[in-house]
Amino acid sequence: MTDPSNRVALLRSRLTAALAPVELEIVDDSARHAGHEGARSGGGHYNVRIVSEVFEGKSPLERHRLVYDAVGDTMNREVHALSIRAYTPAEVARE
Amino acid sequence: MSDPLQRIKEQVEGNPVILYMKGTPDFPQCGFSSRAAQALKACGVDFAYVNVLADPEIFENLPKFANWPTFPQLYVNGELVGGCDITLELYQKGELQPMVQQAAQGAAKPAES
Repeated sequence: MTDPSNRVALLRSRLTAALAPVELEIVDDSARHAGHEGARSGGGHYNVRIVSEVFEGKSPLERHRLVYDAVGDTMNREVHALSIRAYTPAEVARE
Repeated sequence: MSDPLQRIKEQVEGNPVILYMKGTPDFPQCGFSSRAAQALKACGVDFAYVNVLADPEIFENLPKFANWPTFPQLYVNGELVGGCDITLELYQKGELQPMVQQAAQGAAKPAES
C-alpha cells in the first residue's frame, strides 16, 4: 500500500499517461469519509476533475470507464472511491 | 451455492431498477451510496436494492460483472447506468426520473407481443 500522501501523485501520473488531459485536478477527500463502514479497506476517496479530448463523443459511462481503466489496479487498493467529473475541452469552453 | 455472477444476472434482469449499495436506502453506510439512493427515492418509483456489505459474494463479484470497480452501481432494465456521479448527473439533468419510471412501468405491464 502506497503512503497516502503519494496517492494523489500516483493517480496524477496514471491519468496523465493514459488520457493526456489538458486539465486535471485531484482533491484528496479522504478525511471527510474516514472511519465510516464503507471505507474500512483503508483506501482513499478522491475527487477528480479531468478535461481531455479523448472524452469527445463518449457517454458519461464510457468516460468513467476510461478513468477507471487508467487508474487500473490502484482501485480498491490505494483508492477506495473516485468522484469523477470528466469533460471535453469544448464542454469546458462552453461553461 | 449458485454462481454469484449468475445470481447478479438474475437480480439485474429480474428487477427493472436495482441499486447495489453499501447499507440500505434508510441506513446507508457510505456517502456515495446514500446520495444515489436519495436521487432514486426522489424519482418516486419503487426500486430494488442489494446491500453489498451484507453479501460478501456479491461485494466480491459485482465489480467483475459489468467491469465497474466501485459501489454504488445502478442498473436499469438489466444495463449498468453508472455509479453515484452518473446517477446524480442524470438526476440533475432531469433524465433519471423518466428513465426509471419508464422501466418500472414496463415491468408492471409486460409488452404485448
